[in-house]
Amino acid sequence: MQFFGGSEISPSPPVPTASGNNAHMMYVFNRNGVCLLYKEWNRPLHTLNPQQDHKLMFGLLFSLKSLTAKMDPTNADKGNLGVPQLPGQGCSFHSFRTNTYKLSFMETPSGIKIILVTHPKTGDLRESLKYIYGLYVEYVVKNPIYSPGSPIKSELFNTALDQYVRSIS
Amino acid sequence: MAPVGPRSGDAIFSSIDRVNAELFTLTYGAIVRQLLTDLEDVDEVNKQLDQMGYNIGIRLIDEFLAKSGVSRCVDFKETAEMIAKVGFKMFLGVTASVSSWDADGTCCSIILEDNPLVDFVELPDTCQGLYYCNILSGVIRGALEMVSMKTEVT
Repeated sequence: MQFFGGSEISPSPPVPTASGNNAHMMYVFNRNGVCLLYKEWNRPLHTLNPQQDHKLMFGLLFSLKSLTAKMDPTNADKGNLGVPQLPGQGCSFHSFRTNTYKLSFMETPSGIKIILVTHPKTGDLRESLKYIYGLYVEYVVKNPIYSPGSPIKSELFNTALDQYVRSIS
Repeated sequence: MAPVGPRSGDAIFSSIDRVNAELFTLTYGAIVRQLLTDLEDVDEVNKQLDQMGYNIGIRLIDEFLAKSGVSRCVDFKETAEMIAKVGFKMFLGVTASVSSWDADGTCCSIILEDNPLVDFVELPDTCQGLYYCNILSGVIRGALEMVSMKTEVT
């Protein structure tokens, strides 16, 4: 028999090293391609309307995942190109970097994809993305009013997310 | 920072908020009793419990993945072990065991030695055929469906 224990949301977040807002945008998709969350902190150029932008992003990730898995030199088992892979199967890419931004990606076996676009000097954000997934679980999944598969409208989640993202470098 | 490996059920169970076991057992008992009063038909109650479990399962899987950090299981055997050892330990504080594998490796039984849901519970004769723990079946079914594994749990 145990009583209410101490509270610890998830593995503690990586220690913030710099202050200031470094993230540009964030997307969260579910396994069906529905964009659950889109947050924008710093994006001067808008070329597409939001729906097209989400579709483009989802399509990009799908293709990149497929491509990186097929090009894997260490994996002996290669499926046919174009066959969708289960999340977590085979190798998975976690980030790409251009001269102006870095896109970090994490996919869970349940199909939740978290994408964070930051400035190019950002380090490895995998731990941060795991922590954000933990936040998602706490504030969104556990909320009985939230129906899975619909866009996230939780104020608590947005605030916690803002606070955390501002603290990562 | 090196990625953290999957944590064992014990470690996670001791680090998250817990609730009084008697409260949990009594609450579940109250739910089942209320369902029996409302629906009266044992099969209907079984179905409702399964549906409730399913709704819990589709959310629980995300919490399980976030807290335990496991990656995709290679085959069904590993999945069953994961549910029994890590999943049940993490959420109910008890370890289950996997047994009765069939020839194909597609069917197994998960045995709970010590099920907190059924503490102090005795089924009367009027409720024969009631699957008291059917909510657990629903939870497993829901959770596995979210990782693209269609299963039947009874």
